[in-house]
Amino acid sequence: MIPLIRRNAWVAGLCVLFILLAITTKLIQPDYGAGDFGSLMRAVLPYAFAVAAQTVVVIAGGIDLSVAAMMAVTSVTAAAMMNGASESHALFVVPFVLALGLCLGALNGFLIVWTRVPDIVVTLSTLFVFQGVALLILDAPGGGAAEWLKGLVVGTVPIPFLPEGVTAWIPKALVVLVICLAVVWIPLRRSQLGLSIYAIGSSELAAFRSGVSVARTKIAAYAIGGLFAAMGGLSLTLSTGIGAPIPGPYLLASVAAVVLGGVALGGGKGGLLGPIIAVIVLRLVRTDLTLLAVDPNATTIIEGLIMVIVVMLGAFLAMRGRNR
Amino acid sequence: MSVTAAGAEAVPLGKRIRRFMSDRPLVPLVILLVLLVVALQILRPGIVNERWIANTVKFAIPLAILAGCQTMTMLTGGIDLSVSTVATMAAFIVSTQAVEHGPVIGVALALLPAVLIGLANGIGVGIFRVHPLIMTLGTGLVGIGCLQVYQRTVIATGTKVPAFLSWLGTGVTGGFPNALLLFIPVAALILFVLNRTGFGRLLYAVGDNERAARLSGVVYWKVILALYVGSSLLAGVAGLLYVGLIKAPSLSLADPLLLPSVAAAVVGGTSIFGGRGGYTGTILGALILTVLTTLLTILQMPEGARRILFGLIVLLVTAAYLRIVEDR
Repeated sequence: MIPLIRRNAWVAGLCVLFILLAITTKLIQPDYGAGDFGSLMRAVLPYAFAVAAQTVVVIAGGIDLSVAAMMAVTSVTAAAMMNGASESHALFVVPFVLALGLCLGALNGFLIVWTRVPDIVVTLSTLFVFQGVALLILDAPGGGAAEWLKGLVVGTVPIPFLPEGVTAWIPKALVVLVICLAVVWIPLRRSQLGLSIYAIGSSELAAFRSGVSVARTKIAAYAIGGLFAAMGGLSLTLSTGIGAPIPGPYLLASVAAVVLGGVALGGGKGGLLGPIIAVIVLRLVRTDLTLLAVDPNATTIIEGLIMVIVVMLGAFLAMRGRNR
Repeated sequence: MSVTAAGAEAVPLGKRIRRFMSDRPLVPLVILLVLLVVALQILRPGIVNERWIANTVKFAIPLAILAGCQTMTMLTGGIDLSVSTVATMAAFIVSTQAVEHGPVIGVALALLPAVLIGLANGIGVGIFRVHPLIMTLGTGLVGIGCLQVYQRTVIATGTKVPAFLSWLGTGVTGGFPNALLLFIPVAALILFVLNRTGFGRLLYAVGDNERAARLSGVVYWKVILALYVGSSLLAGVAGLLYVGLIKAPSLSLADPLLLPSVAAAVVGGTSIFGGRGGYTGTILGALILTVLTTLLTILQMPEGARRILFGLIVLLVTAAYLRIVEDR
């Protein structure tokens, strides 16, 4: 019961932080409107998927350093396949790329289980491999994306019986994010596999002794991570219209948001909601600093400091909780 | 193989070789290094000469020092991902300040942020018990931000790599790179600290079983604080050497060395979970990775294929090494 309350308290705290930041934004920039919120969400999209990928793996007690590289591979694959192809061709590309992500993630998991090398080292190696693959597919940013796919993240969703003032605040990007995450996460959380993922993250030995197949669960966790990374890669291609073979800053951001979101790096604790809110908060901080006309270089310092301080505070609270 | 002990005759050869290797974990690494050099010689006859060796050693040294930071932190079950930032900061500061204030003050100024970042890492990991991965990523981020702000204040001054650093980084005296003048004492110091001092033993103890170490009276935070400050200082020194070698200070100077430094320590047999490993293996690991990079460059493959092979080989070596050392 107590861990449950504490977990929810963390998410609630993040929500309060988000609301405070939103109010600050409005105070700084009274014109901040629905359009700006929409572009914030579009910017958040690839970050949020990277964070989701990392979250699943971290809950299973691992860590995936190859998230950003997987996103690069899937992004360039999608861009290269859709380049010059017809609009309906994209209907085949999307499932193919998602399956590709699933396979790449499963490959990570398989290598970890099979070689018995620690996950940091395996995913560090596959980071190089995936980077190489991305460069072989496209050696410079290029490719294309189908128009209807690009339209998927721009604009808002018209909902009947709701005034325009409300729907304006529900950008399509947010809807896409929520649907994609929910479709994978909610069934997973309720399934035996989801429970097994939490179990092996909590204690591999205990899980093994209660009949959980540790190897299979681990591979599945990494595969789901790969699936989320593929969604991230697709969203990158959608929002820019091209594929970029050089991985973006998503690895660092994903690890940071996972920890800020209350998922313990040791595994077995936390959910998906916390990290997603955390990544939105981090992006909003960046927006606020830009609106305040802070030197963009100083923004990096402030982001880093926030991360360090929050993590220290979290560790300190956890320590006091243990001692009591 | 000179295992000719009388009692070993009954054991089959394969098992005997395996036992020999697991007793001396450095032997397979040396064999791998020799194999790589032989492969290089076959692919490009005549390439392996005195100049090539000096050059390889020159490029392996900054990597070996950074990998030393990883080795020491990994022994306690940690990792230091701020080393590339610290090295870049030291390199950039020395090449902007040494012109005005002279080499001594320049180096002192360059190592100051290293100490500060090390202190922050040590406090975070040792006292607040933050996961080292996160803590060092965060301080690295702060460091790079500070460096970007600093860069704007010195645009007018411009950058110039001090002469003594380029001498140290690129110079070769009588066939030996000058960088060895710095590296041999540094390596000796690390080896001495790890193998012969109480502090070194505490590092292994904390990494092997932190609870046991604490119950036997080790003050955890003091060990960790000293470790991370030391690691950061080493990274700063590596940065000074590297800028002398590359001669083009930039804000992403040492970034390409970060992941290879982790890989070098891992290939050298240091466990990422702590308690096992040593610096000799890491030096061999750094040499192996440097020779491997040369080999992949010589094969004239596209950049993508080179990265794929690099990643696969690191994984393969680590996996094979674990099998050899652990299967008894």
